[in-house]
Amino acid sequence: MKVIIIGGGRSLYFLAQTFRKKGHAVTIINRDAAECTKLAQQIDATIVHGDGSDQRILEEAGARAAAVVLAATPSDPDNLIACQLAKTRFTVPRAIALVNDPDNQSIFRQLGIDAISTALTVASLIEQRATLDQVTDLIPAGDGKVTISEVTLTESFSFAGRPVAEIEFPRDALIAVVIRNGETVIPRGDTELRVGDRVLLVTLSDSHERALNILTGE
Amino acid sequence: MKSLYVVIVGCGRLGSHLANLLSREGHRVVVIDQAGASFGKLSSETFSGFRVQGDASEPAILRKAKIDQADLLITATHADNVNLMVALVAKRVFGVQHVMARVYDPSREQMYHDLGLETVCPTLIAGEAFFKLVYRAIEGGGAVK
Repeated sequence: MKVIIIGGGRSLYFLAQTFRKKGHAVTIINRDAAECTKLAQQIDATIVHGDGSDQRILEEAGARAAAVVLAATPSDPDNLIACQLAKTRFTVPRAIALVNDPDNQSIFRQLGIDAISTALTVASLIEQRATLDQVTDLIPAGDGKVTISEVTLTESFSFAGRPVAEIEFPRDALIAVVIRNGETVIPRGDTELRVGDRVLLVTLSDSHERALNILTGE
Repeated sequence: MKSLYVVIVGCGRLGSHLANLLSREGHRVVVIDQAGASFGKLSSETFSGFRVQGDASEPAILRKAKIDQADLLITATHADNVNLMVALVAKRVFGVQHVMARVYDPSREQMYHDLGLETVCPTLIAGEAFFKLVYRAIEGGGAVK
């Protein structure tokens, strides 16, 4: 697919590289002429020098054929306008803004623009990991409403050796997979959980903490 | 005329001029600008409104200016995209009834209209004024030899 990235800097460069390695066609729009020259030498992508919130520049970058436009400049207004143009003028299926001010994540969504706040995303990932050492790989899904996490069961898990059906679990929580000695099992009601098992837990956000507390025995 | 609660974004020559005028007319005016020094353009005699220093593209700054209570908002910063974004947010998110934006680039003006925003484009206004003057000079002054 064709991806247009608007912005600059190191993290964006590596983001573009990642898309390239996955086999996508990448076009970068950047306002700084010197950075454009450097990018052209470093990366196998189309580089367009100009203002990504300008309709003519988006056209030149091939917005009409793009599957994704990612606006990631340091200016939230520029990102909003670029996405708005991509959506309305070029009917790009996915226009996503990387917002700088976390408050703008919900504001942009109210304006009909997909928005991601790096600050909010990273902060919540770090928070979740830091609080529970035995819990890893937390993935927020479904706009943050669903959480997927991997939990290692320890001695403090009070339902060890008993079948899954007996665990007093909240309604909106599910043990999707049990990993034991490298074997993966989709548990049924009679599957016993043991100390040392790693389980993949899927929950809605409201039930997440309670389900985790049961599994970790806190 | 009823007294309105007006928020003006950008305290440059245009923003400060409008703020002074509307405040003198008895309206409650709040001016937002990133640079504190810009507030020096507000007249100590006619301006009796409030000043909020900060970037209006941050929702927290708009809330500080009590945007949800505003009857009218005018964006007059030097950046078209800032003017557009703040106007859109005021209208769609905070429900401000009247929203007006200055826009320099005529090619962007169409998008403002598509989004239901009222705009004033100084470039087009100056262009028309000059165009009329040029014609008057040609017709009246016998410039064509």
